[in-house]
Amino acid sequence: MSRLVLRGLTKAYGKLTVVDGVDLTLAAGEFVSLLGPSGCGKTTTLRMLAGFVEPTAGSIELDGKVISAPGLVMPPERRQMSMIFQSYAIWPNMTVAENVAFGLKLRKLPAEEVRRRLWEILEVVQLGHLAERYPAELSGGQQQRVALARAIVVKPAVLLLDEPLSNLDASLREEMRFEIRRLHDEFRITTVYVTHDQAEAMATSDRIAVMNAGRIEQVDAPHLLYTRPKTRFVAGFIGRTNLVEARLEGSEIGFDGCRMQMGQINGVPQGGSRPILLSIRPQSIGLHRVRPAGGEGRPVTPGTVVQRVFLGESWDYVVMPQGSGLRLRVTAPPLQVHEVGEAVWLEFDPRQMALVE
Amino acid sequence: MNDTAAALPKPVAGQAEGRRGGLLRRLRYVEPVTLLWLLLVLVLLFLVAAPLLKLFSVSFQAQETGTFTLSNYATAYGRARYLDALVNSLTLGLASAAIAVLLAVPMAWAVSRTDMPGKGFTWAVVLGAFIMPPYLGAVGWILLAGPNSGFVNRFWQWLTSSEGTLFNVYSFEGLALVIALHSFPLVFIFVKAALDLVSSEMEDAANILGAGTWTAMRKVTLPLVWPSILGSFIIVFLETIALFGTPAILGIPARINVVTTQLWQFFEYPVRVEVAAAYAMPLLLVTIGLIAVQKLLLARKGFVSQTGKGGERRMIRLGPWRWAMFGWCALVGALSVAMPLLVLLQASFAKAWGRGISLDNLTLRNYHLLIFEHEMAMTSIWNTIWFSAAAATAAVLIALLVAYIVNRRLMPFGEVLGFLAMAPFVIPGIVMAIGFYAAYASPPLALYGTAALIIFAFTARFLPIAYANSSAAIRAVHPEMEEAARILGSGRLQAVSRITAPLLRKALLGGWLIVFIVASRELSAAIFLVGPRTRTMAVLLYDLSEAGNFEVLAAFGGLLLLITLVLVGIGMKLVGRDFMLRRM
Repeated sequence: MSRLVLRGLTKAYGKLTVVDGVDLTLAAGEFVSLLGPSGCGKTTTLRMLAGFVEPTAGSIELDGKVISAPGLVMPPERRQMSMIFQSYAIWPNMTVAENVAFGLKLRKLPAEEVRRRLWEILEVVQLGHLAERYPAELSGGQQQRVALARAIVVKPAVLLLDEPLSNLDASLREEMRFEIRRLHDEFRITTVYVTHDQAEAMATSDRIAVMNAGRIEQVDAPHLLYTRPKTRFVAGFIGRTNLVEARLEGSEIGFDGCRMQMGQINGVPQGGSRPILLSIRPQSIGLHRVRPAGGEGRPVTPGTVVQRVFLGESWDYVVMPQGSGLRLRVTAPPLQVHEVGEAVWLEFDPRQMALVE
Repeated sequence: MNDTAAALPKPVAGQAEGRRGGLLRRLRYVEPVTLLWLLLVLVLLFLVAAPLLKLFSVSFQAQETGTFTLSNYATAYGRARYLDALVNSLTLGLASAAIAVLLAVPMAWAVSRTDMPGKGFTWAVVLGAFIMPPYLGAVGWILLAGPNSGFVNRFWQWLTSSEGTLFNVYSFEGLALVIALHSFPLVFIFVKAALDLVSSEMEDAANILGAGTWTAMRKVTLPLVWPSILGSFIIVFLETIALFGTPAILGIPARINVVTTQLWQFFEYPVRVEVAAAYAMPLLLVTIGLIAVQKLLLARKGFVSQTGKGGERRMIRLGPWRWAMFGWCALVGALSVAMPLLVLLQASFAKAWGRGISLDNLTLRNYHLLIFEHEMAMTSIWNTIWFSAAAATAAVLIALLVAYIVNRRLMPFGEVLGFLAMAPFVIPGIVMAIGFYAAYASPPLALYGTAALIIFAFTARFLPIAYANSSAAIRAVHPEMEEAARILGSGRLQAVSRITAPLLRKALLGGWLIVFIVASRELSAAIFLVGPRTRTMAVLLYDLSEAGNFEVLAAFGGLLLLITLVLVGIGMKLVGRDFMLRRM
């Protein structure tokens, strides 16, 4: 298990900066995802970790030793890491067993030990019966397991995964998420996982680093990212949300006729009078036919349903609070049916709101 | 957990070390690829840049003193006969290219778009014409259409009971036709590849708006592939003006002088390399210019239909016309392959070829003479095989390394290597040979008459074929295949040899075979560079044709074809049926 530290890591191609001052520390044995839209720099960051790309500025340290810095890049083969590629990169000219044993043989381990560890790992990923097959004879999921086995069997200091599930179909992808997490729980390898799929990141990771335009916007445990997004980008990228412009007046926050005690909202600094931005999740807003009591400091306001979509698991309403141009998305259970044009009451829960930048 | 990690070299530590440590550390991280890059630059400078520069500089040098002069140019362009040769080359190029397009475009259309029968046969015709060395076809046509004794003309005389000649191959038209019958496969391959990309829906869209099959083809299909037709026209034109064998065999007796035969005359004793170099300049410039035009034509992607695999393709039903199309393909096959091959085969087993096929004319003497008695024949066969094998090996190896560095973007300015490797593509073989002669024949290297000189020239000449082949092969191997090996602890060279090379094996074998085949019959580059002991089969064939002994010549041609066919057979078996005819 190794500790990995990224300090001000930057990569620029000419004038285009694709990774911009990334700071990140992984504790030994931690599983961290780099999550972001395509082009956000997450794969470039991963390739710098692997040693395939030289940073323009900043450094990467493994267990306190610099392994990457401008002009000084330890080649990939000496980093004691493993990587799982988007294309799997299973070598088609070798059998499953040869693929998996490749790294072990390079380490010049005794034949006996190579065989023992090969069969151990093949059992773990349930590929024992396919050891002598060639990759072309395997399904996508089986190829994925070969890639996993090949990467884990060498007991790497760090395991890197580059969108490993993006080529699988939906149900298999869900299964492999748990498989990856199970293997992590079993071997506790320090892991960096690159993905654009938030469900994947949430299912597998101890912490998620959300990246946008080359920068890390926020690093937190999955549930904190969802409930306490710190930036407008994170709030919008992780789940769906309503971004509402509000005003901070002394100790009160107000928007469109709703007033709340700011103490109830997480992370709002004291005092002053200024505009702020609130993230309000659609499922945190209550929808009522009659005016609710609005206890525990929960503000209520009347509004009109202007649009609705039934999604099976829930209703997706768009509601306009009275006398405002806001269009709020509100999620309601399937049995709670409102017609378009119906007058309703909205009830907000300040504890589930987050102040974002 | 870290037990195996410990077996790997530990990362070199920290920033606290002194400057010296930093430098050492840096050196330890230098990849061997940097040295390789330098080596390749030197090799390519030697093979490509130096001969060209020497050709250029020598054209401005006085023969004895080496001082600057323009007199070589004055000599080269100072006589009407020399200027006529330039004009002849251009007209011959245009005529051959036009005939080749007329022959091949209907065939390509029929194979790609219609339900014409016998498509496999048509492929065989194209492959056959492609494999047949051009000078051998020319000899075949002498036997067929020599003015008095040619079979075709004798048949005509018998038919009309006259003394007339139907077709004299020793003429400008004869020359143009024989060249076109050899080079039409290039047009076929180009145009068919473009036609294969036109989806039926393009034609359907024209049909639904009221255009019939014929109108749709004329207004939609043909315009879409027009750049390919024009591009292949240019290629055939360039092939023709750079061709030496056929014009030498047919043109010299007919007193038709072209640039290449004139260059050859400058090489007759006393050798005037400086004048030849000056005289080769138009050939070089026209080739460079037209290749640029061709690239521009094919780069206008909006023109060629780029929908690719998208869209269903249905074959146009020709009805009875399909037999007419098949007849056309069969005719081209007869003229280009079957008839010349038949008469050559007949001659090779004949005591006197003019007496036709009969039992008392049959003999194995020609083959016996070549194999057991002729002083040069077996040597030249051996020379051809080992020169070609050495050149193919060198070209594929260099091309592979260059393609690897360029495609994986290992070095800044890697493209320079790719450019140098592709440069011989725009240099006519005969021009390149003169450059090699000028640069390396005389001291300090004094390579004249050595095998090395020919192998180097062949390697340089066919480097672009090998490069295009290797480059396509490397692009097909995902870089992650190698990265997966590296992250598990293998160095770059080890990753290439254990992972990439095995994956490329088949494609590289295909490239090797193609270079071997084209090298084994190369005449124009060889004829300027061979010495008494380094004659190749192609050169010896040309010598035999000058001597006019067609029976022995035909037998020797048969041996050359046999070698080629064996290699093509191996290639088809190991690499795939179409390995020779893939468009690069």
